[in-house]
Amino acid sequence: MNYQLDGQEVPADEEGYITNLSDWSKDLAEVIAKEEGIEMDDERWEVVNFLRDYYDEYQIAPAVRVLIKAIKKTMGPEKGNNKYMYELFPYGPAKQACKIAGLPKPTGCV
Amino acid sequence: MSTLHTVNKSPFSTQSLLSCLNHAKDGDTILMIEDGVYGAAKGTGLGDALAARGGAVSLCVLASDMEARGLEASRLIDGVTPVDYAGFVEMVVNNDRTQSWL
Amino acid sequence: MSETVKKFFYVNRKAPYGTIFAQEALEVVLIGAAFDQDVSLGFLDDGVYQLVKGQDTKDLGVKNFSPTFRALGDYDVTKLFVEKESLDERGLSADDLDEIMYEDEDDDWAEKPSIRIVSRAEMADIMADQDVVLSF
Repeated sequence: MNYQLDGQEVPADEEGYITNLSDWSKDLAEVIAKEEGIEMDDERWEVVNFLRDYYDEYQIAPAVRVLIKAIKKTMGPEKGNNKYMYELFPYGPAKQACKIAGLPKPTGCV
Repeated sequence: MSTLHTVNKSPFSTQSLLSCLNHAKDGDTILMIEDGVYGAAKGTGLGDALAARGGAVSLCVLASDMEARGLEASRLIDGVTPVDYAGFVEMVVNNDRTQSWL
Repeated sequence: MSETVKKFFYVNRKAPYGTIFAQEALEVVLIGAAFDQDVSLGFLDDGVYQLVKGQDTKDLGVKNFSPTFRALGDYDVTKLFVEKESLDERGLSADDLDEIMYEDEDDDWAEKPSIRIVSRAEMADIMADQDVVLSF
């Protein structure tokens, strides 16, 4: 399932995770989000950027409970909880946000 | 509380057998399988290392893997016991854990 | 929770890039961490090379997964036992290894080192104290 951006084809796997992490851009993130039925706003960008930083530092996309714990630590409990995160990303904060962030499927997600 | 250790590589290509001998506790069993069976042959440079642990650790070799490689029972180091597959299963059951030295 | 927590021990005996063992082991540890068991890792023989600092794989075109060890604390995996004799045999010391820390939830989130250098005899004792040993 590939994405279209500025007339270019961006390759992705059958679940919608992009194949080459270097293809990612903010514009592409908007395209992927739209495909997921999500409108990007500041709150969602905050999580997506957090995931990209996490990947930069540790070379993995964190599992959902790890993500929520890490968000809680850096952004506080009002954001680092299941309810807030699932409101932003209804189909799973780790899975959906990772897809939008251009990262591989989180390790430890089945 | 004892451990069954399996070693499946020739001791002449990896350190696995030696490392296993160095970490096995008294009362443990070491079973040489696949290419690991070459470690059980007499007349190699490994005899002393095996003999040093031979009393405290029970040393076994999987008969089918020996036979496949033309290693006859008469060429085994003293104290090494050939076992069949049923014996292997019994060992797994009779030990608290199994550790593979890959 | 009446479920019994078991002690899982992952044995790492292979160098990082020559085979896929090391990377696969780390992946299994991360996945297994979801099951809330008592997990620890052992590094011996060539496995100690996995933790050496300064790894850079960009010319190889493969992923450098050494930074991922630093994420293990987030997954509540906080015990990385490294065998002293294996380091010595390879001309390495604890200073040659990456710094891997975790935050201790029970101690006001104090940062503590995950790597613990143990002797060969201690490693053997640790192995003999496990419910499940997974080897890579």
